[in-house]
Amino acid sequence: MTGEAALEAVIEARCLRKSFAAAEVVRGIDIAVPRAHCFGLLGPNGAGKTTIILMLLGQSPLTSGSLEVFGQPMPAAGRTVRGRMGVVPQIDNLDPDFTVAENLRVYGSYFGLEANVIAARIQNLLEFVALSDRAESRIDTLSGGMKRRLTIARALINDPELLVLDEPTTGLDPQARHMIWARLRDLRQSGKTLVLTTHYMEEAERLCDEVVIIDQGRILAQGSPPALIRQYVEPEVLELRGDKADIGSLFDDVPGSRVETIGDTVYCYMHDAKSVDQLLQRAPKLSFLRRPANLEDVFLAITGRELRD
Amino acid sequence: MTSGYDLRLPRLRSSALTVWRRNVLVWRKLITPSLLINFGEPLLYLLGLGYGLGLFIGDMAGLPYLTFLASGIVASSAMNTASFEGMYSVFTRMVPQRTYESMLATPIDVDDIIAGEMIWCATKSTISGTAILLVASILGAVEEWRAVAAIPVMFVTGLCFAGPAIVMTAISKSYDFFNYYFTLVVTPMFILCGVFYPVSTLPAALQSVVQFLPLTHAVALVRPLMAGLEPQSVLVHLAVLLAYALASYYLAVVLVRRRLVV
Repeated sequence: MTGEAALEAVIEARCLRKSFAAAEVVRGIDIAVPRAHCFGLLGPNGAGKTTIILMLLGQSPLTSGSLEVFGQPMPAAGRTVRGRMGVVPQIDNLDPDFTVAENLRVYGSYFGLEANVIAARIQNLLEFVALSDRAESRIDTLSGGMKRRLTIARALINDPELLVLDEPTTGLDPQARHMIWARLRDLRQSGKTLVLTTHYMEEAERLCDEVVIIDQGRILAQGSPPALIRQYVEPEVLELRGDKADIGSLFDDVPGSRVETIGDTVYCYMHDAKSVDQLLQRAPKLSFLRRPANLEDVFLAITGRELRD
Repeated sequence: MTSGYDLRLPRLRSSALTVWRRNVLVWRKLITPSLLINFGEPLLYLLGLGYGLGLFIGDMAGLPYLTFLASGIVASSAMNTASFEGMYSVFTRMVPQRTYESMLATPIDVDDIIAGEMIWCATKSTISGTAILLVASILGAVEEWRAVAAIPVMFVTGLCFAGPAIVMTAISKSYDFFNYYFTLVVTPMFILCGVFYPVSTLPAALQSVVQFLPLTHAVALVRPLMAGLEPQSVLVHLAVLLAYALASYYLAVVLVRRRLVV
């Protein structure tokens, strides 16, 4: 593969804007997603993530700007583009009138695929998401994790080049999340381009080559997770829990440290947490956790800590 | 486009049949109870009203009352079936079940969904109308083989009522809203459009009003076909039914686009 082919953008958005009657929800977004990358759209509730996804599907006309998927303009080329795309929506919309296998079969027919092509893929896809033994089950007998896995299998029925996932693991137990992460890594490895939105920074850190952090319709930060961590927060974090009086002014004299207090927890961001070991011995009643900074720290540093609805 | 309506003319494509096929597959799973209702209800109507009332009425407009009533019920059942399917079932697929959302993530468009649903509603109208035709012929209310020509009329009648029903679905927030449509539109047509008695017995002013209502034209086609007579002004009646179907298809597409493509 030449360097150019590797950098070929599957998605390219320029000055993307979207207004609804009440408000402008996407305010000038520029993104380029290269082929075979996993790209994360991160942001608090109401940041504009789902609207951007709808625009990618051609289900939401742009107010201004341009958006190309596979080099074709959206939403004009919606039908063609969706034929090469797989979508895992935020809220399950499996067909409750059909069994697991029938869901895949009927969904495949929406792409105009031949029955024998669909039949051949169903077996592999059910194996891929570990649902082979549930092929004849009704949808309402599946657990939340199974439904999600089936939705992912369904999104792959047309062997898409691009997979769009809106909060793929929200509400799932750890076993199901880890299984889905492994499958998404397999897909990326096999050369598919992935775009996902998530609230879980851990998920984005594990899966994404590149993320954008969006709030109120604007990109606030963009880069690989390690690069963002280096750029926006100190490398180490000390979390302290305990009496305010005990914490007091413990960190006033530590150079290069930044302190944030949320309820009874103090977050102290610093370059070298070893330097405070002695300080902590002076306050034995405090419980503390020393950890490397992560993408969640970046996210909170950039989007703030106020609650979003 | 964000705040306005997408008024582009819909395109008819084969994807509409994919949507139709999905509904056929679901229907096949519930075929026994569906057919039981399709045959049971008209049997009750025809036996209870046709024989019971018919005994007192004798002939109506020159036809045995059972034949008169059966032909009216075939047409009104096409109306009812398409209206129910276009409202309750389409609403279920559009809102709680999110079936259309899943379709819209594939090459299927709103144009295809609405066309497929209308063809499906018309298919169900045809199934229920044909069931009544069969029951009526077993009861001796059908004159001759010409009556099979009523089957395509049931389909066109189904299309004609499917569109307005889906228009109602597109603007409704919940199932409750459909009561208005049934009370204000479907029931008046059932009473006024010649199902139970000839339109010519209505007051003159009302007679000209019912000429604009599609059920009148469906009855005008089905009745002579079942009674073994030559139907009159066939093209006019078909034109009215098709005009309602096409206009409501366009309106339904525009309104559903506005609801689903934001």
